[in-house]
Amino acid sequence: MKTGRFLTAALYLYGIAILVALYLPLLSVGFASISKSRYLSFPVRRYAFEWYGEALSSGTVADLVVTSLITAALVTLVSVVVGFFGALAFARYSWRYRKLFQKFVLLPIFFPQTVLGLALLMWFNAIGIVPSWKTAVVAHLVWITPITTLIIAIRAYSFDPALEEAARDMGCTTLQTLKEVTLPLLAPGIVSAGLFAFLLSWGNFPLSLFTTGADSTLPEWLYAKMVSGYSPLVPTVGMLSVFASALLLLIAIAIPFLINRARSTESA
Amino acid sequence: MDALQRRLGTLYAVPAVALLVLSFVAPLLVVAAFSTMPQGVFSLLHLPDFSAYGTLVTQGYWQSLLWSLFMAFAATVILFVISWPLAFGMAKVFKRFTLVLTIGVVLTLFVSENIRLFGWVLTLMKGGLIDGYLGAWFGGGLEGALYNVPVIIFGLVYVYFPFMLFPLAQGIAMVPDDARQAARDLGASRWQILTEIDLPLSAPGIVVGSLFTFVLATGALAEAKLLGGSAVIVMAAEVETAFTYGQDWPLGSALSMTLIAIVAVLAIFTIARIDLDSIMGRRG
Repeated sequence: MKTGRFLTAALYLYGIAILVALYLPLLSVGFASISKSRYLSFPVRRYAFEWYGEALSSGTVADLVVTSLITAALVTLVSVVVGFFGALAFARYSWRYRKLFQKFVLLPIFFPQTVLGLALLMWFNAIGIVPSWKTAVVAHLVWITPITTLIIAIRAYSFDPALEEAARDMGCTTLQTLKEVTLPLLAPGIVSAGLFAFLLSWGNFPLSLFTTGADSTLPEWLYAKMVSGYSPLVPTVGMLSVFASALLLLIAIAIPFLINRARSTESA
Repeated sequence: MDALQRRLGTLYAVPAVALLVLSFVAPLLVVAAFSTMPQGVFSLLHLPDFSAYGTLVTQGYWQSLLWSLFMAFAATVILFVISWPLAFGMAKVFKRFTLVLTIGVVLTLFVSENIRLFGWVLTLMKGGLIDGYLGAWFGGGLEGALYNVPVIIFGLVYVYFPFMLFPLAQGIAMVPDDARQAARDLGASRWQILTEIDLPLSAPGIVVGSLFTFVLATGALAEAKLLGGSAVIVMAAEVETAFTYGQDWPLGSALSMTLIAIVAVLAIFTIARIDLDSIMGRRG
């Protein structure tokens, strides 16, 4: 059905306005991060990058980055492996409790993350595990594994079951079929699930809040500083965290693009 | 073949189920058990006396609960209204712009919500981006935009926008164009198409989006802390205080249990009625 030209134009404008509003706060943080004065006030009169130098040379920040990186890497690894098999059970195979499984996997996404984190803290306490960044990995997994499962499941829904059957008819074992047919077919879903897992873990605060014990991740440290008073390092470290995410995304987008180009020049 | 499918399906579900039983179901059970313990204890080796629930009722915690529920409800309604036109555009009108919007919105999810909310503090505060530049250019200013209830609701709307937008767009994409065209050919007005075709047929998306935003906003913490200052104390903040400053795990657990109960009832009730295969597009 055709939508009127005026309405279409209005919808485009509305979409652009919303995008601008979504990124406006990041603009403020960006401005604040290069403001020279210790006490921020707009309009910014003098710009300087000295806070970036200070943040990059700070040992505290380096520790936070390492903790956040290791946490995100482990979360990505586990959630993608579990999500890969989960997605096949979710979308691909017909088995008795599939519908129930789908609903069960979805449930944690709906729970407030701070409450999930607290519940885990008490559970670890009850079974005698001291909270550290390792327990934060488990906390992130509760929320992020359902998301990787869903992302890979979307891909699994669209693949043709006949391909697996054909492989099996040709004499492939279950393991061979999984490795040679299923895994390559789901690869794009696995990559985007991995990207989501890493970035969601990297930026997550509510799940880390109660579960990191004496350790601290980058978003946690930022929150503590924000609540306890302004520090000129907060916008700078915040922007560095944003740049790190952006860099990772660019790399993730560029790699398949470069591979494709290399392939097409090879064949040409 | 069917036997193999059944076996593989069951086998492949094991890691996810094991993970969730150990890190989701078991912890929730521990919270439930702790909430019945006498106040001030740190282990489960006591006789349950349910005193924490008594404190919860008598100490006025219901006010925080009501604030959390009210603000979550307001945010959900506002989000539905502002997301609908955009979701409609994404599903039915825009072509390549849908991809731009999708990427643009998803990218914000990757930035810690603290940083984004802090950005709003810098934008809205006195001497912040808006106030500062308005003052410098026009002499006027933006006074008192922070630290009140509306700005907390604004923060919730901002943070949970993607959780409403994407399910809505998915829901609207499920409305067949033929049905809309037929209604129009039969003389339905724009309003009638909206209320009798679009809204009912995209109901699964509306339900999932509203459920997401409502339950996540009910348990939200950072919005009220960063944008709201101490204007109101939300339920998640009461829980945090009980565990940290209060050192009262049973009370914190009882407070958590009220949140968990609300979320669980709404989520289980809704998810049970939704066919995920049809939403996500299963073949055959």
